[in-house]
Amino acid sequence: MTAHEAYRLLQKGEISSVELTRAVLDRIDTVDARLKAFLTLIPEQALERARAADALWAEHRRAGTSAPGLLGIPMAIKDEICTQGVLTTAGSKILYNFVPPYNAEVMERLHAAGAVLIGKTNNDEFAMGSSTENSAFFPTCNPWDLTRVPGGSSGGSAAALAADETIFALGTDTGGSVRQPAALCGVVGLRPSYGRVSRYGVIAFASSLDQVGPITKDVQDAALILGTLAGHDPKEATSVDLPVPDYVAALGPVTLQGLRVGVPKEYFIEGMQKGVEDAVRAAIRVLESLGAITQEVSLPHTDYSLPAYYLLAPAEASANLARYDGVKYGLRAKEGPTDEMWAVMRETRGEGFGAEVKRRIMLGTYALSAGYYDAYYLKAQKVRTLIKRDFDQAFKQVDVIVAPTTPSVAFKIGEKVDDPLQMYLADVFTLAQSLAGIPAISIPCGLVDGLPVGVQIMGQAFDEARVLQVAHAYEQATDWHTRRPPL
Amino acid sequence: MPLSRAQVQHIADLARLELTDAEIDRMQLQLSAILDHAARLQELDTEAIPPTASVVPLANVMREDVVSPSLPREAVLANAPDTDEKGEFFRVRAILKE
Repeated sequence: MTAHEAYRLLQKGEISSVELTRAVLDRIDTVDARLKAFLTLIPEQALERARAADALWAEHRRAGTSAPGLLGIPMAIKDEICTQGVLTTAGSKILYNFVPPYNAEVMERLHAAGAVLIGKTNNDEFAMGSSTENSAFFPTCNPWDLTRVPGGSSGGSAAALAADETIFALGTDTGGSVRQPAALCGVVGLRPSYGRVSRYGVIAFASSLDQVGPITKDVQDAALILGTLAGHDPKEATSVDLPVPDYVAALGPVTLQGLRVGVPKEYFIEGMQKGVEDAVRAAIRVLESLGAITQEVSLPHTDYSLPAYYLLAPAEASANLARYDGVKYGLRAKEGPTDEMWAVMRETRGEGFGAEVKRRIMLGTYALSAGYYDAYYLKAQKVRTLIKRDFDQAFKQVDVIVAPTTPSVAFKIGEKVDDPLQMYLADVFTLAQSLAGIPAISIPCGLVDGLPVGVQIMGQAFDEARVLQVAHAYEQATDWHTRRPPL
Repeated sequence: MPLSRAQVQHIADLARLELTDAEIDRMQLQLSAILDHAARLQELDTEAIPPTASVVPLANVMREDVVSPSLPREAVLANAPDTDEKGEFFRVRAILKE
């Protein structure tokens, strides 16, 4: 069930929020021992909120007033996002006991809209990874095939949603962490433009790239949730003060007649899975059948987005993660009687961070260190300019750009853990949009050997409405988004 | 060119990160592989290209200098690994020598 369907049923009084919340909690009881999508569950608090929501619904029905858009609807939230009074670990041992004293801005907005938090979902430690195997606690499985990864880093949110363990979910996307798991789990994942949604209270990975995005069962829900999250937040200096359109109303009916769709040749590369390419090309033909005019475009620096990203993001991470020092929160290594503070700090970080996080801290520290700054960090920032200009040029010719979200379907658990570079290649199609700051959505467009494929639709910065319209039109013409794993 | 052990140890010192010998061995190999891949960026002529630090063109963001509520001290110190007896301060090992 989607959030907009749930809202309609709640409005008519055909279901209650308590029933809906119980249903997802029961489903979690049945499947999550196998799936392991959740790190923390708060069933009692969820049911309490659901009861309060039902009381509010009764008032609204009596008075004939319209209720907030997510009143009584269960949600699962990635453990990167601070939830007041609810354990928030970022998937890291170094924050194993951190209970935030405040809510992220996105949580304030979701609570104001009436949504019911049921739990926190698993993710790669500090959102660094593409498979959720880098969680310090346990890996999450893909509901379509339990021997495969759900993608990452928001793998818990995508898996939970695909398995009907929640009505909607939030992820964070630094280099594809919403879109890639959404694609591999057969659900919808939207990365908003950088600056569209406040990052306040989102545990920082790479601050010039991090964004929060909805993971949903259809495009209408993505529009609904984005509308709830979006907008300027005075507490977050990079959130942009632009009007927020009514994304749901903007969905249409809209015709794609005359819409100019760019197909970038750099995204159909040797080595990508044949079935994935076929499914994405078929999706492009569906858009053509709806009246869109496709043309090939070139994003010539695409190939450089991976090396640029894997210098910039670790550089920012190495600075952001300096705060985990065993002083203010989280883990502190055992102190010997004569240990001085710096030694305790080193031990704490050595013990508290996992292999991938250490790798990125090292990589980032190196890229920022004396003698290497110009060759690595500054160079990568300049290449970022070139990547952004690629999109600026392309959007002079077309309205949206359509490409695969990932080069292959979900891979096996354990397949890439020992080879970081191979793991990084799983993100090869989702990095450039992050570097350019543009919105992109991944929607289901096929199955290859029973595993989902995602197609990615990109738009100009702050033109989420257009991206959602095109995705919605595609979804109306196909039924891939209705497929559910045989779990 | 692979990083030397001394280089890896130097970076770990800068990052205040305790690494085991086995971790240093692995880092040498893995960081070198990633940096080799990153060397591809040198193919591009970026002499005349300005760097992008952020995609949103922001200058300093100012606000009125007025007092607004902040988190209560108890709530913040509740997450601390160690505090003084009264619960007023974070407690750490001495950093100054006598």
